[in-house]
Amino acid sequence: MATTLHETIAHRQRTLAATVLGSQTFWVLVAVIVACIFLSFATDSFATAKNLYNITRNVTFVAIIALGMTLVIITGGIDLSVGSVLCLCSMVLAVTMHAGYGIGTGVAVSVATALVIGAFNGILIAYLGFPPFVVTLGMLSVARSLAMVASNNTVVFEFGPDHTKLLALGGGAIFGVANPVIYMIVLALLTGFVLRWTRIGRYIYAIGGNEKAAIATGLPVRPIKVCVYMISALSAGIAGIIQTGWLGAVTTNIGAGMELQVIAAAVIGGANLAGGAGTAFGALVGAALIEVIRNSLGLLGINAFWQGTFIGGATILAVLFDRIRNFRQSE
Amino acid sequence: MLLELSNISKHFGAIQAVNDISLSLEAGQVVGLMGDNGAGKSTLVKMIAGNFRPSEGTMRLNGSEIVLHRPVEARQFGIEIVHQDLALCDNLTAAANVFLGRELRRGVGPLGVLDYKAMYRRAAEIFKELRSETGARDLVKQMSGGQRQAVAIARTMISEAKIVLMDEPTAAISVRQVAEVLHLIRQLRDRGILVVLISHRMPDVFDVADRVVVMRRGRKVADKPIIETSPEEVTGLITGAIEGG
Repeated sequence: MATTLHETIAHRQRTLAATVLGSQTFWVLVAVIVACIFLSFATDSFATAKNLYNITRNVTFVAIIALGMTLVIITGGIDLSVGSVLCLCSMVLAVTMHAGYGIGTGVAVSVATALVIGAFNGILIAYLGFPPFVVTLGMLSVARSLAMVASNNTVVFEFGPDHTKLLALGGGAIFGVANPVIYMIVLALLTGFVLRWTRIGRYIYAIGGNEKAAIATGLPVRPIKVCVYMISALSAGIAGIIQTGWLGAVTTNIGAGMELQVIAAAVIGGANLAGGAGTAFGALVGAALIEVIRNSLGLLGINAFWQGTFIGGATILAVLFDRIRNFRQSE
Repeated sequence: MLLELSNISKHFGAIQAVNDISLSLEAGQVVGLMGDNGAGKSTLVKMIAGNFRPSEGTMRLNGSEIVLHRPVEARQFGIEIVHQDLALCDNLTAAANVFLGRELRRGVGPLGVLDYKAMYRRAAEIFKELRSETGARDLVKQMSGGQRQAVAIARTMISEAKIVLMDEPTAAISVRQVAEVLHLIRQLRDRGILVVLISHRMPDVFDVADRVVVMRRGRKVADKPIIETSPEEVTGLITGAIEGG
């Protein structure tokens, strides 16, 4: 019996429903939604406008960097320097504006700093073959130290002539939605689009899936890897710029330890550290779960010291799901 | 005369991998390239595929000389290669692998987006032509060895290949899958493609090849139609028990 070509194309080993239900990102999303519903009933302060406003704003900085980190993780790499890059870019912005330059110049210099660091990381990793862990670990120290040098390790809270513009950039809102949230959504849509609908997005997945095959096929693997580390640093820089506007001040310890939170968010959201998997939506969902956990512990009156246990537990549990599925498949 | 190699040599430093090889190959043939490990078969084939440049010698395609610097240039001439490890990305679909590097796009210039529908459709057409049960939308990670071979071979068919080079396609797969692969190779030959098949499996070569070329220590020791030789003779040529000319 001859099947039509249409039927042949439509036939897949796994149906769409099976793919969705088998996806780690889906279940994390379910967990977030269930948690939110539970908390709305269990406490009377969760579902308030103020609390939700706080949650969404806290999520955004981790989420924005998690977008860049997801790209790096998909290629099979890692970027430990993002917390320090956030600090350095915030400091560069602050110092530039404090010295009297306008917000345009400040942002441009800050973004340029991020891109240079990303390019440095990327070139060492892609062209000189350094392990990503080592290069970005080194950059973690270097960037923070440069931030201290740039500011002489002081707090900067006066941003020159465009002070109010900067605060509006980070702390303002449009139609009641906090600006950082808007930036996060725009960047997530952009990242998602690139990953799914462009060639470079597909090549990023290919590099993570089988780098040797990508090279043998003639894909521009090394330039793409440099690009990806530049995007990661850029996402940290952008988060730093927005956060500076939101906080109104920059100290040399902002972003300390943030790289681990970002990596946890990316991994919870479905990015596989072995490379080849991850989505923009997953980065948001992972960041959301972490923030919901943190927020709920506070509202439920649980000792804040337990935070780490819950978040670490969530990271392991989220990936456990994926491990079980792989384990079953290999039998 | 589709492909002509004249006095091709390749050395890597002090190591002479390929030594003064001359070959004349025609379209619509399956040529088995045999030899022991280290005989230089992979190196020779990679030069045809554009992965390496010959240290000496020339290559002619349809009479005109070509110089290849990269695999992409070889593909533009219609030369495709299926590597020993198939060079597939497990995390992508069959269609994505088939079109890797040559994606179909919709829209204008830099604003083009991937045309999933067209790629699924074309990949499915090719799998149907190859009479393979591979699904265009399935992930390669979930496929059998024979299906993965079909994906790798399908990749050579998306742009009118004239020469398909295959490096040990039956080395690491099951008996049933071997039959599938040999069948795919015959399909390619029947479409007028020159297939150069590196293999150390005698039964497979004698099953599907029209000619056999034997290499030993970088040199060509035999080049004859398959019907004029036998597995015993070829084995002797490979090991050196029989001196070739």
